Amino acid sequence: MTTLSELASSRELLSNLMARELKGKYKRSTLGWMWSLLNPLATMAIFTVVFRLFLRINPPVGDPSGLTNFALFLLCGLLPWNLLSAGMVEGAGALVNNAAVIKKVWFPRETIVLANVAALNVTFLIELAVLSVALLTVGNMVLPWLPVVLVLVLLLSLFVLGLALALSVLNVYFRDVQYLLGIVMQLWFYATPIIYPVSLVQSADFGRWERLVLTVYNLNPMVHFVGAFRDCFYNLRFPPASAWAVMVGVTAVSLAIGAFTFRKFTPRLAEEL
Amino acid sequence: MAAAVVLDHVSKRYRLYHERNDSLKSSFLNFRRGRYEEHWAVRDLSLEIETGSTFGIIGENGSGKSTLLKCMARILTPDAGTIQITGKVSALLELGAGFSPELTGRDNVYLNGAILGLPRSVLDKKLDEIVAFSGLESFIDIPVKNYSSGMFVRLGFAVAINVDPDVLLVDEVLAVGDEEFQRRCEQKFADLRASGRTIVIVSHAMGTMRNICDQLAWLNQGRLRDVGEPGNVVDEYVEEVHAAAGPPPDPEGGARWGSGEISIDAVELVDNAGGVRETTRTGDSVRLRLHYTAHKRVERPVFGVGVHRLDGIHITGPNTKQADLRLDAIDGSGHVDLVLDRLLLLPGTYDLSAAAYDWTLQHAYDHRHRFQRFDVERGEPTEEHGLVSLGGRWDTSRIGTSQKEKGSGPPPEVQNESAI
Repeated sequence: MTTLSELASSRELLSNLMARELKGKYKRSTLGWMWSLLNPLATMAIFTVVFRLFLRINPPVGDPSGLTNFALFLLCGLLPWNLLSAGMVEGAGALVNNAAVIKKVWFPRETIVLANVAALNVTFLIELAVLSVALLTVGNMVLPWLPVVLVLVLLLSLFVLGLALALSVLNVYFRDVQYLLGIVMQLWFYATPIIYPVSLVQSADFGRWERLVLTVYNLNPMVHFVGAFRDCFYNLRFPPASAWAVMVGVTAVSLAIGAFTFRKFTPRLAEEL
Repeated sequence: MAAAVVLDHVSKRYRLYHERNDSLKSSFLNFRRGRYEEHWAVRDLSLEIETGSTFGIIGENGSGKSTLLKCMARILTPDAGTIQITGKVSALLELGAGFSPELTGRDNVYLNGAILGLPRSVLDKKLDEIVAFSGLESFIDIPVKNYSSGMFVRLGFAVAINVDPDVLLVDEVLAVGDEEFQRRCEQKFADLRASGRTIVIVSHAMGTMRNICDQLAWLNQGRLRDVGEPGNVVDEYVEEVHAAAGPPPDPEGGARWGSGEISIDAVELVDNAGGVRETTRTGDSVRLRLHYTAHKRVERPVFGVGVHRLDGIHITGPNTKQADLRLDAIDGSGHVDLVLDRLLLLPGTYDLSAAAYDWTLQHAYDHRHRFQRFDVERGEPTEEHGLVSLGGRWDTSRIGTSQKEKGSGPPPEVQNESAI
């Protein structure tokens, strides 16, 4: 069983695995790293055309920033979502894709999942930097809020890490997990206010089910994560205490479940792969 | 001497799935993940391996050797019992297992080194040594996907062996690369042994195991069968495995042909006292007795025997015609003996063929190909390499003993003296 000291001494391995992830990504493509920026920009362009121009969804007015811009509003939610989505998909494949080395060499298995999430964070931070520049050019003074954003990034990453740890081992035992994930992620995407403002759900008429629907909707941790990112970037205000409470809470639960599941299933990992 | 590795009642169980169905659906429907049988690959095994020793593990395929090694390497977790290893462990199970094809050789040295637990500072210092050892200086900066399989393995070996482990676990990977590389590997192993590292090695190469191991364990169906001095354990192992193998198959038609006027009934190994033997020792005086029945009068028959190694190599095949023996005619049953004053086959298992032909050697009356098996055990001469002894003896009487003589005296001479 991996002890914490072993995990600490595998920092070298972690940085090497991370470097492998980053170097291997976009290798042999002409645009290379540009892709990690082009992807969210393309998604943004498509969603903007479809939802802003065709479906006429109005972006909310930033409070107190006064900003009104659908593309930027979208990106504030899309980028954190992409971290979650990629983290879960890559997490699910992390152990299965490294079966060869897991079967032949011992090292703390957590490091593979950890390296995946860490490598995604590098891309995420670059994307957020670009978003910040874009926001600054339209006059949104995001700089004072960046320290808060970093705390949010850390919380979200730990939340994703917990899920990725659990998914990575579960996928070894039940390969359906990765396929099921495709459906779950779609559902989760639309259950999160990324392409629409959360007010759209709040103002909709659900009749006598209204309380229930809103309660269930708010159970989605990503509602609060996306909301918090938007508060910092788009609205330029401090996320509400309730959001912090939910985010810290779900992160703790996710990490606990992830660590427990991983510990429980790793002893027989090499033979099940 | 302290023990580097202590195995205490270690057991490891595998699940053999009848119908491997790792889907959620099947587990919901069956309330479990497929039906499986349990197989104990290692059962209640206790061992102590001394620090600084070279410890060998032998056994047939499926005896649990590799499982045990993987348990020591922490890749597998035992279901019962404990394994305590003092010091840093490195396992040579599959070379280059952690290589990433898109990365260069250099990047992979760092990655693989990190997987094996080497800090970057150490790798920086060792990089040149590792690259030099692999002999891939001019290829180190190209992606390893462009390497040949030999280059791949050489780099993997170079990294793994340069980890400087306290305990090195090796699974049948000694035979990599060309001769030059193998020589370097052997040298490296010798260095590791000399510097007091503990080496645990699993192999089927009995000769090597006999030579390099200080202690040998014999695993049989997951249990420890024997542990002790390598020579004795190898001998016991070889004896039992060959006895268990039984006589080789003698399918009609395939391994036997001929017109049938004479039939070869049996071949026996007969010792000096006239007793029939199953096994013999190198250097023994024995007769190969060939029993035949001539169903009618046959003129000028030729009898012959053949000795083959189990992999089919034909070691020898004397016959009566080539010995200038003209047998006028035979009728009825009888036997002919090939008298061996000194059997010069080295320890191992051999197959026997026997045949009766006509004088032209073109027509077989009866040819039974590799139809009987016998074992040769260690005897005198005590050689181990190759198939046969030439029966030579060493003459060392003229080796110089003082520094002065060593420089000026004639080189030592080796004389071969045929015993036959």
